[in-house]
Amino acid sequence: MFEQLLIEGVAIGACYGLFGVAVAIIYKTSDVINFAQGEMGMVATFVAYHILTVYGLPFWIAFPATMVFAILLGMAIEFCFLRPAKDPNVLGLLIITLGAEMLLMGLAGWKWGSEQKDFPFLLSVHKNVEILGLSVNEWTVGVFTLSIAIMIFLFLFFRYSRLGIAMRATQQNVNAAKIMGIKVERVFSITWAMSSFIGAIAAMFFAARSVLDPNFMMEPFMRAFAAAVLGGLTSIPGVVVGGLLMGIIENIFGYAWPEWKPIVAFVVIIIIITVRPSGLFSKHFVKKV
Amino acid sequence: MDMKRDYYEDVELFQSGTILFWSVVLLIVLFALPFFLPSYNIYLLNVILVNVILAVGLNILVGYTGQISLGHAGFFAIGAYGTSLIMMHLHLPFFVALIIAALIAAFFGFIIGLPALRLEGPYLAIATLGFGLTIMHIIGRWEIFGGRMGITAPPLDLGIPGSSLSWVIEGDIKIYYLILVMTFLLVIGAKNLMKTRVGRAFMSIRDDDIAAEVMGVNLTIYKTMSFAVSAFYAGIAGGLYGFVVGFFDPFSFNLILSIIFLVMIVVGGLGSIMGAVTGAALITYLQYDLLKNVENLPYLGTLLVNISRKWFTVIGLANFSNIALGLIMIAIVIFEPLGMFGIWIRIKKYWKTWPF
Repeated sequence: MFEQLLIEGVAIGACYGLFGVAVAIIYKTSDVINFAQGEMGMVATFVAYHILTVYGLPFWIAFPATMVFAILLGMAIEFCFLRPAKDPNVLGLLIITLGAEMLLMGLAGWKWGSEQKDFPFLLSVHKNVEILGLSVNEWTVGVFTLSIAIMIFLFLFFRYSRLGIAMRATQQNVNAAKIMGIKVERVFSITWAMSSFIGAIAAMFFAARSVLDPNFMMEPFMRAFAAAVLGGLTSIPGVVVGGLLMGIIENIFGYAWPEWKPIVAFVVIIIIITVRPSGLFSKHFVKKV
Repeated sequence: MDMKRDYYEDVELFQSGTILFWSVVLLIVLFALPFFLPSYNIYLLNVILVNVILAVGLNILVGYTGQISLGHAGFFAIGAYGTSLIMMHLHLPFFVALIIAALIAAFFGFIIGLPALRLEGPYLAIATLGFGLTIMHIIGRWEIFGGRMGITAPPLDLGIPGSSLSWVIEGDIKIYYLILVMTFLLVIGAKNLMKTRVGRAFMSIRDDDIAAEVMGVNLTIYKTMSFAVSAFYAGIAGGLYGFVVGFFDPFSFNLILSIIFLVMIVVGGLGSIMGAVTGAALITYLQYDLLKNVENLPYLGTLLVNISRKWFTVIGLANFSNIALGLIMIAIVIFEPLGMFGIWIRIKKYWKTWPF
């Protein structure tokens, strides 16, 4: 029983981690907390749903098309909403992304209505496979492999590739990065595209597990965001570990007190960030005067 | 532009006779309004006034002290449920119940203010967001709060219930006058507070908390105080809101509500009391009246219905208010970061220096 709870917790935690990574990438480069992340994923999932059910195309066409859409959506939001803002403060950026969130939610509700739909996903929660003597469902296997692959890729990307180094430079100091010849605007664009891409994948996994409606990403987004904060928003492995911890805590406490499952995670997070204000794994920056 | 020659001129409540005159005119108009408006609009006015109280309180926290809160719907809910439940179960008069509920909200504000001492930016946002969700969930779970079904507000009794001193007021118009008086007192109170030592301490924390601390502002006291005062305002607003709508459930106090509260003060102008008032009035009007039946608008309505038929769904057109509010939020930050208060300042400057 305990093993089963642990595996389920790890699986949903990996999904939180994956989505949290999408939030963390944007925060890493541009110091923006993207509150529209969940809704960007939601709209992308709806596009996949539209292609699959209304046009009746197979999954191997719908998936790449959705990914292209997600990338374009991320770039468009950065280009239209964040780039024109001159010298905004933290609150201003927060308001812009919250505005984008409401805009996307409204558009999805306008287009697809607010009734709940089933999302036909490749990997089902109900089909089980045997791995190492444990019976786990396909969804778990899929999300776990994918999030590990993406995490390793991102870790290497930020450490060794030219673009990844440029992104880190941009985060540390935008002006210095510009002087060094980095096209900062292009870096932001690529960041948003990457984040939207990863977020859309995670959103599809969430949709396969629950139902599809314009509000379905709200709860997972908040959990994922909380998980990212728990791990420390600036460290990619930290975010993944935060997500896993979140999933495990939620599942085990949720089993013990099912009534309090939705909030147990937040209570834990508030306690942890009170003790360690920058999360578990990120270096605490001392503010300079 | 406005030159201050001494301290007393700076702390004056009304900077000039013109402002005093127009404030009095506004107040008289507000008192006379119920004689001219149909009853639905009185209901709308009540909601606007409640939101004005909340926006002024939130502005003390966000605009003046520079902290972020995504959990004000939680304080609002504490006020609404607290007032109604205290009146129902303890049979206390309305004002006592309202004050007790607001103090409970203020206490929770103080509690949330404690982690806020060490957190900033996104971390503070997640902490307050978690608080709002937790409150909503607790209310939805416990039977004493009426659970998911929600509760109906008791009769609004200004005297002592069940005795000869009972004074029940009913109807939107009477509630309107009650709320108007309270709003007036609280707005004046906030304006005064900002002119005292406490208000200046708040502003110095917003401008630079390290510098403020070096100058001798006690961050622990003033940050938690800012949260408590803001939550107190939200609690009062919530208590009144319960009687305006008459019936409420935990889902009325969701995250979207907290976001809309933030929109009000950002649209109105951060760090300005009148900005918060106008922002709350404008956003509430848009949300409750103009955008609610958008298909009835001249020209735009038919255009939107046609667009819906062609590319979207007509039934989903109700979501248009979300789209409009989202666009307003984005446009305000991009084009007018100071909100309507910024526009007002610019107009004033233009006319003062006219024709140059």
